Amino acid sequence: MAGSTLRFSLLLAAAFAGRATALWPWPQYIQTSELRYTIFPHSFQFQYHLSSAAQVGCSVLDEAFQRYRDLLFGSAAFRFPHPIVLTTGPLGKLLIVVLQRTCDSLKSEDTLTINDEQCLLLSETVWGALRGLETFSQLIWRSPEGTFYVNKTDIEDFPRFPHRGLLLDTSRHYLPLSSILDTLDVMAYNKFNVFHWHLVDDSSFPYESFTFPDLTKKGSYNPATHIYTAQDVKEVIEYARLRGIRVLAEFDTPGHTLSWGPGVPGLLTPCYSGSHPSGTFGPVNPALNNTYEFMSTFFLEISTVFPDFYLHLGGDEVDFTCWKSNPDIQAFMKKKGFGDDFKKLESFYIQTLLDIVSAYGKGYVVWQEVFDNKVKVRPDTIIQVWREEIPVKYVKEMALVTSAGFRALLSAPWYLNHITYGPDWKEIYLVEPLAFEGSPEQKALVIGGEACMWGEYVDSTNLVPRLWPRAGAVAERLWSNKMVSNLDFAFKRLAHFRCELLRRGVQAQPLSVGYCDMEFEQT
Amino acid sequence: MEQRGLGRLRLPGLLALLAALGVLVVQAALGRRRAQTPRISASRNQNLWPLPVTVRTTPRLLYLSPGNFFFGHSPTSKAGPSCRMNNNGLKICFNFSHTGIMPIFFGFDKWPLGSDNVPRKMELQKLEVSVIMDPECDSFPSITSDESYNLLVQEPVAKLTANRVWGVLRGKFFVVSLLFSSKEIFTANESNIVDSPRFPHRGILIDTSRHFLPIKTILKTLDAMAFNKFNVLHWHIVDDQSFPYQSITFPELSNKGSYSLSHVYTPNDVRTVIEYARFRGIRVLPEFDSPGHTASWGKGQKDVLTPCYHSREPSGTFGPINPILNSTYSFLSKLFKEISTVFPDKFIHLGGDEVDFHCWKSNPAVLHFMRNKGFGKKFEKLQSFYMQKVLDMISAMKKTSIVWQEVFDDEGKLTPGTVVQVWKKRNFHMKLRKITAAGFPVIISAPWYLDLISYGEDWTGYYLVEPLNFAGTPEQKQLVIGGEACIWGEYVDATNLTPRLWPRASAVGERLWSHQDVTDLEDAYRRLIRHRCRMVGRGIAAQPLLPGYCEHEGRM
Repeated sequence: MAGSTLRFSLLLAAAFAGRATALWPWPQYIQTSELRYTIFPHSFQFQYHLSSAAQVGCSVLDEAFQRYRDLLFGSAAFRFPHPIVLTTGPLGKLLIVVLQRTCDSLKSEDTLTINDEQCLLLSETVWGALRGLETFSQLIWRSPEGTFYVNKTDIEDFPRFPHRGLLLDTSRHYLPLSSILDTLDVMAYNKFNVFHWHLVDDSSFPYESFTFPDLTKKGSYNPATHIYTAQDVKEVIEYARLRGIRVLAEFDTPGHTLSWGPGVPGLLTPCYSGSHPSGTFGPVNPALNNTYEFMSTFFLEISTVFPDFYLHLGGDEVDFTCWKSNPDIQAFMKKKGFGDDFKKLESFYIQTLLDIVSAYGKGYVVWQEVFDNKVKVRPDTIIQVWREEIPVKYVKEMALVTSAGFRALLSAPWYLNHITYGPDWKEIYLVEPLAFEGSPEQKALVIGGEACMWGEYVDSTNLVPRLWPRAGAVAERLWSNKMVSNLDFAFKRLAHFRCELLRRGVQAQPLSVGYCDMEFEQT
Repeated sequence: MEQRGLGRLRLPGLLALLAALGVLVVQAALGRRRAQTPRISASRNQNLWPLPVTVRTTPRLLYLSPGNFFFGHSPTSKAGPSCRMNNNGLKICFNFSHTGIMPIFFGFDKWPLGSDNVPRKMELQKLEVSVIMDPECDSFPSITSDESYNLLVQEPVAKLTANRVWGVLRGKFFVVSLLFSSKEIFTANESNIVDSPRFPHRGILIDTSRHFLPIKTILKTLDAMAFNKFNVLHWHIVDDQSFPYQSITFPELSNKGSYSLSHVYTPNDVRTVIEYARFRGIRVLPEFDSPGHTASWGKGQKDVLTPCYHSREPSGTFGPINPILNSTYSFLSKLFKEISTVFPDKFIHLGGDEVDFHCWKSNPAVLHFMRNKGFGKKFEKLQSFYMQKVLDMISAMKKTSIVWQEVFDDEGKLTPGTVVQVWKKRNFHMKLRKITAAGFPVIISAPWYLDLISYGEDWTGYYLVEPLNFAGTPEQKQLVIGGEACIWGEYVDATNLTPRLWPRASAVGERLWSHQDVTDLEDAYRRLIRHRCRMVGRGIAAQPLLPGYCEHEGRM
């Protein structure tokens, strides 16, 4: 990040000039001027430059052009009034150059140049082009008379962290497909690039498995209405792909699995009360071969259905009480020589599972307990840090995880389901993911973070206002330069961005007193 | 009026109080005192919210098919088909059970034999509505409106009986609530409900100044209020941030003081709200808060605010309303004259909270006035002087004033009968004791600031508040006329109002409607979870209480 200080002072100066204050998250480098160009919606075009490696037929960009046309001009395109005074000539098109044809790279750098000679979006990959299109859409503004303008601007942009995620929980409450798709849209507006889908948990199993249909039939809230069919899942993945978003599926085991039980007899550990089964069940039973056969088959399906290289295997909050009560487990512990250390049993389970999943050519993410309990994992495992205080403060945990050489994801300060009165986005915003003691090599192991919206008290009735614009604070922290941390500057832009979200039909809640020109309309 | 009416829960003492307030209409049909604890005899009643005074249910299951069920007036009813009010009320009910039928019923108990095999003698074919006394069809609801009703569910004709239309409105939602559905068949247990509210003032406060709430959002809120038997919309319509109320007399107030010209309530909007509320038996209580919380008034009305001074020069900023000018009072008199006409309710809320004395203290003319009046350094006396003048204006307009607790705190000579609203949470029980000991009626809001959100199931805290849990005589307790759940608008607008308000406000709704002894949390959980799903089915985006699901969700 050499030279970033100099750049930053430049960009702050530029920030207060004109319409650039509408940008969220703030780009790495921006220069803008008062000089503006008119845009005629009916003739304006997004066009591939001749030198672009991506051309017509590139589905990601073809569809993005259409989307951004609609977002920007809507149906207004046809009743567009002619401008009275032209400051400069009109801007006819945005030319797009994508250098790589391949779409594998996580990197998304782009350059957006708007001046007299050209209006050009240059990017390494199509994903960078998507981010650039979003930035371009935020630069366009409308005069009270209805004329569209864009100022002369030069932007170079790239994300600070490659993993910028949002977690939704569809087990505690089912979220209709439309809620998920709408969330993906807003994620793209915020330049998030990972949808962490916590699909199943104790409460319900809405994922429709074709290998084990009973999981859903018996484990969902309602197998007719509260499930995600194979088609639904495909739709989510494709919808996300078109917005440059990866879908990271989580199937959390061995705890948080109550809903798996009814569909797979024998999978869960029967808890004992004295010398008799109590009729209740605990975590997955790690003592049976059947368990691993089941997991093997099940994760083969999951590895196929979800194309992302990574799967999230959970591993959090395993309650040992039930294992302790069960005589078969106790016998197994003795046989394996685990003594009384149930963490060793947990490790045994997780390691076996990790071996299964890596055999399918997948990488994996796990919650921090797997690391805390000293499970031996492959060196390329990603550890997600979620606990704020225990066993250590999350800042310390980040240091521990990275000093052990693992890549880390930060979520602990970003549990958006925790609500308080007032502008809590500020605290969310001011978190610095690298503010822990560690070498530059350690810091480089922090690949990003995730805002989490757990579902105990959240469903489609309150998801959107609870999520936006609060998750936007996380989005900017993960995208923009570390030095972009001035609260007044952020407030101005975020308030503006929130109104833009309302204009785009997103039910984003207010940050403070005030109003938007276009308020949310009740349906 | 010779008929014997339905029983009422509230005691004669309250009515005497209301008579003293000059708001009592002659009520010949008061029944005997009813103080029995609520009875809930079968699990089926898990559907009811708020819990009625008495519910008697038999195991006998009746069924109803939507295509063969009618609403009608009893031939003896005083409210015939010409009662627009009643018809409209019924229409609401009717629409529920026809067009939107699937979403609002529950699918717990399936009729075991299928729709073709239902014995005729177990069919519920009609709900007959009977109003015993002058129905008050064309009037506005008031604090003395009789909301009691009897609901008898029996075959072939269920009967909803009430003294007035207001009781019909309260009862009608329970008809729907009692039913269980499975596809085309709805069932209800044979039952008899006798019901009336514990407190006559059950309000929701909305704040349209910090954020403008579109009319649609307000109407939606009125719907949800009716589902929870709330009967007062306390409309905190203006404040520092904006003045969206379009005044006929002083149009500049909203022209200059609203957020924008599209963030305004026109006279027609206000009429729409009042009429929509009336059809649901809900009063609209307007609040024009002064002398503090008035920054937005200054934009459209010259000299109404106190100019603040900084080292002997006007600083260019303004404070509370200027209490020393005659022009202030002639302006207020005209404004409140208009308000008292526009809003038909007997009550006007005058605010009077959180007056910041800094600006008054800085202003030489105000200091001079203080000296002349002999107020010394006590700015509370200046505030009282101001409030008293406004209170007198309101009395002269034959309206009753409601004020926030500070007006009482500041030892103002309050006009007897002025209602005091207690909002400060700290020691609010003590405050209730003092205010009622001084003989003033009170409205409680202190424990019910729903804008103060926190993680988890905070509704239980609202639910377990006992309004009369303060040391005082029975006469003092009688002075508590009810309470209000407040959803202030600093962080709330149309995007998040509904899920923040419901079902959290429902907890307050039951506290103010049901018997004091209805405090079993486990039972409340069961009923409220279902009630919340019912609201979701009726298009109210009420947020969840716990992990779980509703049968008919996800079509919001």
